Amino acid sequence: MTISWLFLILLAVGTMAFLMARGRALASVDGDARNLHSLPIYYGLNGLLTALTPALALLAVWLIVQPIAIDASVKGSFPIGALPEGGTLDLVMSDVRRVADGLDAADAPDALSVEEAATLLGSGGVALGTTLTTEVLTAAQQYRDSRSTMNLFMVVAVLVLALIGGAWAVMRTNGDFRARNVVERGVLVLLIAAASIAVLTTLGIVLSMIFEATNFFRQYQWTDFFFSTTWKPSFSGRGGGSELGILPLLWGTLYISFIALVVAVPIGLFAAIYLSEYAGPKFRSLAKPMIEILAGIPTIVYGLFALVTVGPLLRDAIASPLGLGNSASSVMTAGLVMGVMLIPFVSSLSDDIINAVPQAMRDGSLGLGATKSETIRQVIVPAALPGIVGAVLLAASRAIGETMIVVLGAGAAARLDLNPFEAMTTVTVKIVSQLTGDTDFASPETLVAFALGLTLFVITLGLNVLALYIVRKYREQYE
Amino acid sequence: MTDATAEHVPSGAGQGSLLAKDARTAKRNAAETRFKTYGLIAVCIGIAMLILLMTSILSNGLSAFRQTTIQVMVELPEDKLDKSGVRDPEVMAKVTTFGYKPLLRDSLIATVATAGIETDLDPKDLEALVSDESVAQLRDFVLANPEVIGQTIPVQVLANGRIDGFFKGRVTYESAALDNNVSPEQLQLAEALKEAGLLRTGFNWGFLTLPDGSDTRPEAAGLGVAILGSLYMMLIVLALALPIGVAASIYLEEFAPQNRWTDLIEVNISNLAAVPSIVFGILGLAIFINFAGLPQSAPIVGGLVLTLMTLPTIIIATRAALKAVPPSIRDAALGLGASKMQSVFHHVLPLAMPGILTGTIIGLAQALGETAPLLLIGMVAFVREYPSGPPEGLFDPATALPVQVFNWTQRSDPAFVERASGAIIVLLVFLLLMNLTAIFLRRRFERRW
Repeated sequence: MTISWLFLILLAVGTMAFLMARGRALASVDGDARNLHSLPIYYGLNGLLTALTPALALLAVWLIVQPIAIDASVKGSFPIGALPEGGTLDLVMSDVRRVADGLDAADAPDALSVEEAATLLGSGGVALGTTLTTEVLTAAQQYRDSRSTMNLFMVVAVLVLALIGGAWAVMRTNGDFRARNVVERGVLVLLIAAASIAVLTTLGIVLSMIFEATNFFRQYQWTDFFFSTTWKPSFSGRGGGSELGILPLLWGTLYISFIALVVAVPIGLFAAIYLSEYAGPKFRSLAKPMIEILAGIPTIVYGLFALVTVGPLLRDAIASPLGLGNSASSVMTAGLVMGVMLIPFVSSLSDDIINAVPQAMRDGSLGLGATKSETIRQVIVPAALPGIVGAVLLAASRAIGETMIVVLGAGAAARLDLNPFEAMTTVTVKIVSQLTGDTDFASPETLVAFALGLTLFVITLGLNVLALYIVRKYREQYE
Repeated sequence: MTDATAEHVPSGAGQGSLLAKDARTAKRNAAETRFKTYGLIAVCIGIAMLILLMTSILSNGLSAFRQTTIQVMVELPEDKLDKSGVRDPEVMAKVTTFGYKPLLRDSLIATVATAGIETDLDPKDLEALVSDESVAQLRDFVLANPEVIGQTIPVQVLANGRIDGFFKGRVTYESAALDNNVSPEQLQLAEALKEAGLLRTGFNWGFLTLPDGSDTRPEAAGLGVAILGSLYMMLIVLALALPIGVAASIYLEEFAPQNRWTDLIEVNISNLAAVPSIVFGILGLAIFINFAGLPQSAPIVGGLVLTLMTLPTIIIATRAALKAVPPSIRDAALGLGASKMQSVFHHVLPLAMPGILTGTIIGLAQALGETAPLLLIGMVAFVREYPSGPPEGLFDPATALPVQVFNWTQRSDPAFVERASGAIIVLLVFLLLMNLTAIFLRRRFERRW
């Protein structure tokens, strides 16, 4: 609530600065805009930007830093002896935060006994990890105190900064002030900041995963994670007894991706060749969009298709009669459906690459008496091969990172098996299952998802970089 | 002279006439035909898969848009529903659904008797014809319209999911005999009610407006909250991704010098476009929920995650659109004394707008269908309350269309498969509309130089 009010006040300050700076500029030349260095609006914009940009930046930084600072100070003063058996400080801190939020929501007074607080929290529907203790309550009250103080400081600091900025901009304004140059420099900085968000996102992904994955490897041997062939997380309680080997998950992922590529690459490649070399313009304009519709369909739709149609069909038609298993969700189900999903991906990428092969090479081959198919097989495909390999690698990276089809189609049992009609599981399925529902961010069973995510990220990133490198290198050959 | 060349016939060529094909030519021609057929088969497989996928979804899901209801004459006695007689909804709210349940049951028995249908079902089985949800709906109706108390009014109540399934062909007499939840006698009664004109199957508005129903009430499950949640997230994505994406593209396309920082940004954008979507979910969970403390399953978190996911798509499309504006436009603006910034914002950007909007809509369509990252940020929760209006509603728990589909696939009652397929039809209709808008924009406004 404070934040939205703060926004409104800031907006008002900005508008004021805009009007005042514009007015002052016009007044300095007696209302004749021709004598100004820049158009009047630039003076106003200068006022607006100088008032708001630093204030908003401070607000953003404050909002990020404040919780960390409060956490650290409350953590530092928490009596170590009061830690519950087997609990960690982080766990207690999440309780403290929840209690503080609950008390805030209930508008509780500062002085409160444990019983009163517990009833208040209970009626507010706040669930705690352990029962409320005096230490946790004290810490929560301290947390609330410092939070409200800090919030007050924040509001004051941001408003003062906005006022100073606005005032400075207005003071600087006169007819000779180069407002346009200043505003344009400011806008450029904003543009650069927007462009940097991509870098920040990558940084956020990598840092958050590395941070949590390190927590995981502190509790769990990395050799066991990467080289163990059993995946058996314990659900009995906190820690202990879980076997979290990634190999069965990787096997399932690669097996399903392999089947998907076996389906998608020949079909996609032949479709691309037919559409770009043989099909007449009418057929092409009809068939190409239809295949590309497949690319626009959300993966959850393919997942449902696998679950409802393909899975039961494969089980009843092939797996059960041959005695290969009686599970509707299987590697084959997920692989086939994922293959269908990848057909348009492979075909449109290959189409681009085939079209990039210079016409002179086709003409040369046809002129020497080769048939069309001989030209394609012996001239075009070899010339386009690096690009096609790149496309296949990109498709493989898509397949490895795909989630919904395997969640609905592949099953949840981690196993190392060759039978494609058995249910197997993948890295992505386990990330979903370990991170949904009740999660406890101190236990290796939850944290393992971050290690899995990091592995997935590294694999797909490697494939993408390799593919882009190959595609780019190939493209340069004919340009 | 001419004789010499005529005698040197290449040894490999056949001796026959040019008009008669030799074995080798025939073989090569056959290979040609085969190769062409493979290509045609591949294209046909692709199209066949599309048709199969659509048929499967439509055949499973279209029936979700029809719903069986039973018309019951409900008697609403004042002494049971509003003892005080003041018609104050707050006082009347003290009568819970347990108070309404016997009313509906007695009214149903009376309705069946008035229609002249003989049945030897006991009241409990008879009551099972209508959905459990209809009691709550009746109560809501009475609380909203207190003046109906004391009257006997006709009410359309939802039929039970199995009865509904019977009229859609999902439940048969054979399957009912094996089913604990429904008996063939109940189905007979339902058929008799249909002949009496009391039971009807009509368009299912509730499917589009109601919130999710519980595990045992598929007939009352709707997409209201999911559509609202998806709408909120799309608004957030639009409000954040469009300005940020356009700003980033303008910088990269028009201002960026060739240096390491620019290279780094470019590599990052192309890589982000290929990062698996679930990784963005992990990012959202770690940064927005665990670190920043935003609430779980809130549209704001979903919107932020989807924004980060959509940004690369929008940036790539915007840059293509900016690149397509000819340099002469920029030169003309600069020549007339505009600054670089003015030439971009006053001339290049408006001309590139159709392309940018097209790219944005396609990015939004992608974001609308995305499921995996939303699972990780807690959107799988069972949500029955509509989120309130923005901006507070952005922090309320909600769900999204694709996640609702996933949720329904996890439930045991087969009626939920129908609902999930129906939800997918709704999702696909939205996607179709968005893509058609994009195509329209491109056809109508895009200029070619």
